Amino acid sequence: MTAEFTKRDYSLVGLDSKLAEEKGLANAEWYASEIPRKRMKELIQRRNGPAIRDTAIWFILLIASGTAGYMLWGSWWAILPFMIYGVLYGSASDSRWHECSHRTAFRTKWMNDVVYEIASFMVMRESVPWRWSHTRHHTDTIIVGRDPEIPAPRPPDLLGIAMSLFSLKTGPGEILKVLLHCTGRLTAAEETYIPGEEQHKVYRNARIWVLIHALVIAVAIGSGSILPLMYIGLPSFYGAWEQLLCGLTQHIGLAEDVLDHRLNCRTVYMNPISRFLYWEMNYHVEHHMFPMVPYHNLAKLHEELKHDMPVPYSGFWEVYREIIPALFRQVKDPRYYVKRQLPGSARPAMPGPAAAMMTE
Amino acid sequence: MENWVQVCQVDDIEAEDVIRFDHGDRTFAIYRSDDDQYYASDGLCTHEEVHLAGGFVMDNIIECPKHNGRFDIATGEAKGAPACIDLRTYPVKIEAGRVVIDIS
Repeated sequence: MTAEFTKRDYSLVGLDSKLAEEKGLANAEWYASEIPRKRMKELIQRRNGPAIRDTAIWFILLIASGTAGYMLWGSWWAILPFMIYGVLYGSASDSRWHECSHRTAFRTKWMNDVVYEIASFMVMRESVPWRWSHTRHHTDTIIVGRDPEIPAPRPPDLLGIAMSLFSLKTGPGEILKVLLHCTGRLTAAEETYIPGEEQHKVYRNARIWVLIHALVIAVAIGSGSILPLMYIGLPSFYGAWEQLLCGLTQHIGLAEDVLDHRLNCRTVYMNPISRFLYWEMNYHVEHHMFPMVPYHNLAKLHEELKHDMPVPYSGFWEVYREIIPALFRQVKDPRYYVKRQLPGSARPAMPGPAAAMMTE
Repeated sequence: MENWVQVCQVDDIEAEDVIRFDHGDRTFAIYRSDDDQYYASDGLCTHEEVHLAGGFVMDNIIECPKHNGRFDIATGEAKGAPACIDLRTYPVKIEAGRVVIDIS
């Protein structure tokens, strides 16, 4: 690798956006593993039961930890229940937001939509912009200049990633966007993926959010205590670390500009608690390849497809042993990425039209 | 002016399923509901032009395989973001065990 690296433009309105279109990477055909249609038809079936059960457990745990925090407020013992409350509020909401944005968690549409709005508020992602952002993420996964959800543009901002443990990098930006939307405007990037007929919903929801937060802040000031903010607002920050721990495993350090999710997503085996909090998004290759399959069937889908997939990571330890060195190496050499190896039983990779340009 | 074209045998589509039908330079999605009603619509999702025949029918709703955009198979009505524009639908009839659609 002797050629000089030219920093890429990860914005959706810059040079790399045009290049992605010219290279045929935008809205392209992606690789999909073969699976009998009859089996897929079984796997995509929606059920309300699992998501109602998991949502009930989620809210019961939120109420229980929140109550314990209230009872113990004023002592150091309050830290423990608020740590639990924070993770349930600021991290578990991430996966609920995600699954309900696909409307696959529940069979009943309104249940998906109600939980989606609540989870969006908790995780501090505006429901309308992020639905469209995530739609683009699925169209053009980790395509530079097209995907608004690339987690670590190269060279990676290590300080920014560390700050994201408490949502200190993305959180303030989201607050500014909410305030911008209150004025009836979108960012230039948002203009590229939010259709005109949806934009009024962005402005309406942003104003509702500001009213809710203003009310909570007023109560906190009136009562002379930050306790109200410990329940609404602050947990989006102090409880965000667990979603980052899980979320970073999805794509970081892997190839950009490929048309095969086996090369730019990871499937990681996780413990039952993380799988509950993360709603099975650890099966991330499978989710991206077949987003119609609800979270509660992703483990079954994984069994059907694993002969055609890279070997899954055995857990957090194995995946972070790969991610952390890869990030440090990308700081010095932004062209570096982790090449996923396909097993002999797999069909060949479909790296896409830019693959030749990416090859070391 | 009506323009009826034969698509397939009725049993070529399973109950609660969809197939793709190409005619000239046009592409259609042909549906069979779980109570054996047949419907036809444009074949591409109005969101990002993905073939709907790659999706699945559930409760008389076709779901796009790419972004989960949903449409009523009988009316073509878009059922919410990211599907915001209705699908065009076409009349269907069964003649001598064959599915026939009017693509005019």
